[in-house]
Amino acid sequence: MSAAASILHSMPIRDEILIRARDLRKSYGEYEAVKGVDFEIKRGEAFGFLGANGAGKSTTMRMIGCVSQPSGGTMEVFGLDPHTDGPAIRSRLGVVPQDNTLDGMLTVVENMTVYAGYFGIKRKQAKAKAAELLEFVQLTARSEDQVSDLSGGMQRRLAIARSLINEPDLVILDEPTTGLDPQARHLVWERLFQLKEQGTSILLTTHYMDEAEQLCDRLVVMDEGLIIASGSPRELIDTHVTKEVVEVRFSGIHTTDLHDIAEKLEGIGAQIEPLPDRILVYTDDADATAIAIEARGIHPTSQLARRATLEDVFLRLTGRALVEDE
Amino acid sequence: MSVIAYAAARTSFKRSGSLLHRNWIAMRRAWVLIVSGAFESLLFLFAFGFGVGALVGDITLPGGETISYTAYVAPAILANAAMMGVLAETSINVFAKFKWMKLYDGILNTPLRPWEVALGEVWWALIRGGIYVAMFVAVMGAFGLLDSWWAILAVPACVFISLAFAGIGLTLATLFRDWPDFDLMMAFVFVMFLFGGTFTPVEAYPEFVQPIVYVMPLFHGIELVRGISLGQFGPMMLVHVAYLCALAIGGTWIAQRRLSKALYK
Repeated sequence: MSAAASILHSMPIRDEILIRARDLRKSYGEYEAVKGVDFEIKRGEAFGFLGANGAGKSTTMRMIGCVSQPSGGTMEVFGLDPHTDGPAIRSRLGVVPQDNTLDGMLTVVENMTVYAGYFGIKRKQAKAKAAELLEFVQLTARSEDQVSDLSGGMQRRLAIARSLINEPDLVILDEPTTGLDPQARHLVWERLFQLKEQGTSILLTTHYMDEAEQLCDRLVVMDEGLIIASGSPRELIDTHVTKEVVEVRFSGIHTTDLHDIAEKLEGIGAQIEPLPDRILVYTDDADATAIAIEARGIHPTSQLARRATLEDVFLRLTGRALVEDE
Repeated sequence: MSVIAYAAARTSFKRSGSLLHRNWIAMRRAWVLIVSGAFESLLFLFAFGFGVGALVGDITLPGGETISYTAYVAPAILANAAMMGVLAETSINVFAKFKWMKLYDGILNTPLRPWEVALGEVWWALIRGGIYVAMFVAVMGAFGLLDSWWAILAVPACVFISLAFAGIGLTLATLFRDWPDFDLMMAFVFVMFLFGGTFTPVEAYPEFVQPIVYVMPLFHGIELVRGISLGQFGPMMLVHVAYLCALAIGGTWIAQRRLSKALYK
């Protein structure tokens, strides 16, 4: 290969598409877990699947990881067919499953080097890479410990380090911070952010809106096996909710009464949403809204103005679906 | 074999080897467990061979030859040792890794495929079975129970037994629902050990029992190893080898199919 060609080869092709799915489906008997989804994931991107439990996120992840056979539709991963090229695709993926699946009979460092062996990485190279990655996730001091002695957050960090041992083109994380305490969550986020900065493509599922907002360049919202919205976090907020939200609380007032108050608020802001414990007023100007509420003679115990988040988008989108079901 | 098929087979071989490496790393701290398993068979040899053997003295085989009872029983217990090492590894250990530790769920995210996992477990089981057999043969030799140099062939013959029970054990590991199923398996194993031709020639049993014995995998293993260590060769040995190989291939194939179905959800 000439020098110019080798430079071209090592340069990521702009907008190179890593995964392309069309009408992807998965059913288990009568139950349809994924009901036909389309998405494209580009190189260098942090892409998120947002959804409640049972929305079909993990099933989609498993199909991408070639450990689950789609029931319908087409999918290409790295331009390869998951049905026939499973080993070739998996050799370029890093997978962090929801339950870690660490090897409980091995020490921390052995988990790294043995896993490297599954990819055919030479022992010496594996050792060096393992040391480097354990340093990255701050587990060097625990190298010789058994996995069972690690805390939940440490185990997750080890699973993340392990997934990077083959220098993957894409890292897939299934609910990377579920079940972790706040400190552990932030440490995981930091590391994932660093990976993103280094140019690693990341694909993650989450039901934490703040996680999706912090980490994802682009995301899709899944609900009952379908993609119901997609875009960047900002786009989703702009499209589906207003800029700001005023949360109005009334202590000692029951749900039905909140509905009555919500009716009185009609016309203020873009939309009013009564919840069991508070009323949300979607608005583009929180200050003006607060004044308007007082002007109607309604005096809440507390008023909180904040920026709209993905959580609002999510509740609006999936909440509405619930209403339709009734 | 085409070049591509050869390359694919070689990669598969290497991939299954990486699981072998994993098992070695995991078990090297527990080597006492493995070695102690081999002692069980040696205890059987002392109890039945030397204990009971001293009372029975010599016996006459259906063919007319007379040999010491200890020399008659020892090859059967060797065959039993080859079975037990492998069966413990493939059934109980694989079940634990599969259902309990969820080890294969993690491994299948790497390039390894279910049949490479199955193959890796077979290799490892053969090594553990090999350790049992080697220890046992060394003791047999030390007590002068190896009558001819042909008896060295008993060691590779045990590989066929190990292979067969690796296949059976792997299949069982994928069939088991919970730990009580192991008691059931051990009951069958004990029946095979007692009535598979270990202590008496099968011809001594009532005629209606004999066909059942002929189906038992251990019977074929015992007959093979005994025939070799007593220097009695015959065409029936090929039948034994063929039966054991069929069990090995069939068992491993069923096991990898079931692993695929369970893990590629």
